[in-house]
Amino acid sequence: MKAAVVVFPGSNREHDMVDALERSSGQKAQLVWHSESDLPKVDLIVLPGGFSYGDYLRTGAIAAHSPIMREVKKRADQGVPVLGVCNGFQILCESGLLPGVLLTNESLRFICRNVSLKVERSDSLFTRRYNAGDVLSVPVAHGMGNYFADAKTLDTLEGEGRVAFRYCTSEGAVNAEGNANGSARNIAGIYNAKKNVLGMMPHPENATDPKLGSISGKPLFDSIAEALA
Amino acid sequence: MKAKIHVTLKNGVLDPQGKAIGHALGNLGFGGVGDVRQGKYIEIELAEKDRNKAEAAVKQMCEKLLANTVIENYTVELV
Repeated sequence: MKAAVVVFPGSNREHDMVDALERSSGQKAQLVWHSESDLPKVDLIVLPGGFSYGDYLRTGAIAAHSPIMREVKKRADQGVPVLGVCNGFQILCESGLLPGVLLTNESLRFICRNVSLKVERSDSLFTRRYNAGDVLSVPVAHGMGNYFADAKTLDTLEGEGRVAFRYCTSEGAVNAEGNANGSARNIAGIYNAKKNVLGMMPHPENATDPKLGSISGKPLFDSIAEALA
Repeated sequence: MKAKIHVTLKNGVLDPQGKAIGHALGNLGFGGVGDVRQGKYIEIELAEKDRNKAEAAVKQMCEKLLANTVIENYTVELV
């Protein structure tokens, strides 16, 4: 599996992402600087976490219009899998590859802790090593992870099975108590219509080694490595 | 020509910063402070002399970058 991890000024989780991809696929991903307009021919494109452009204007807004994103959009339209984590999810929303937007957490606080996530479906290329209903423990580290879209968009996402993960309690209850940041309908991650683009706020790459306290993010990378082997 | 642009959150979109400002004003003893909404103000110098063309260009800038129309409204004033 050949993967490219796009690096923007202010990205900071790109090496964690490279490590997680290597742990599952055995191959080292290529880091690609945002100002490149050429993207190498790869099987997977990843937009990592961080604070691209210092979150100026709106989180992810400037990065969404950098030269490399035109190519990322083109590849995504062609069906190349794209994974955006945290700031990567915010960039995907700002670029229009995914609907909705990430607002300031309801608590107004930056949240940096493990949260519980429920897997909605196991038939996507990102989640085939999970079972629907699995409850994961994955860290979040964000101030702006509060997913928002209008009711019609939310209904479409749910109707088309495009919710990937929801925040839940450690027992797996999807309710207000388990909602880490106030996200609409507890949404932590979503797919595009073709399900080759996944955006999520939690960091599965930081839950791929027992030393990190959780390995519940590893099946996500195993799924990708298996699907794109 | 200069474009003066206000970007504000749409009604119904949670504005935690506005809320925090409202609380702080209350703590300072200002009575009668209702809902507070925070927005952005952007000024852009434009080379364009034609008012209609400038307006169209700024509108595109707003739609493409300056505002996220999922959650924000914008108004443009040319001076």
